[in-house]
Amino acid sequence: MTLLTTVFAAIISTVVWYRNAPKDEMKVGILCWMYWGASLMWLVDAIYEYASLRAEYFTPAPADMLNDLYLGLSVVALGLIIWLARLFIKDPKGVVKEALLGSKK
Amino acid sequence: MACFMVPAAEAVITTIAAKSMESKERACESHASGNENADLEMNARVPFSKKVKWLNNLLWGGSALLAFEHVWHGEIIPSFPFLSAASDPAAAAEMLHEMGTVGVTMAALITIVWGGMVAVSSVIEKRALSAQTDK
Repeated sequence: MTLLTTVFAAIISTVVWYRNAPKDEMKVGILCWMYWGASLMWLVDAIYEYASLRAEYFTPAPADMLNDLYLGLSVVALGLIIWLARLFIKDPKGVVKEALLGSKK
Repeated sequence: MACFMVPAAEAVITTIAAKSMESKERACESHASGNENADLEMNARVPFSKKVKWLNNLLWGGSALLAFEHVWHGEIIPSFPFLSAASDPAAAAEMLHEMGTVGVTMAALITIVWGGMVAVSSVIEKRALSAQTDK
């Protein structure tokens, strides 16, 4: 479930990046890299788990599935927080700088 | 248990490599400026340091999110030795085994995917370069 959640996040962020490419004012590219990197890593985890559990891997207990979904959503939220922090630090549109300097005037 | 540490270690190495490549490329660029053929090739090609940054982003991003998963499962703890498995020899052996299998496979898969991306981008660059020289 965590893998699935991250893959969906990766696909959505890639579509958003592609719509605005080659301009990347909102730095969505960083979200794509993060989610795809995590998806590939969890894919490996899933393959190893499948190798040990076989068909049982596809029938997880509802409580485990819910916990994994909760984890997946938390991971997506963390990715968004990292992206937002980076966006504000890089401030490509100068909005943060403008807001800070504007309030001083 | 600590599988994300293998891609994170690779990320440290590739980050250092990307930084050194970038400075070398800058030096080459300033050396070759003015040469028309070299300028044409530079415009059509993506610098290799930029391509290594793609790998960095995949490795750092994935490792950061996986580290969070390990915090979630209580495998990373806020006190020394920071990995819950490291305090017990049997668990530590299991952790090292997981790093050697799952961790290495993770790093290898990401590097293979990146290699594919580099290969595709090289083909696109070559086509763009030949289209420019044909004009």
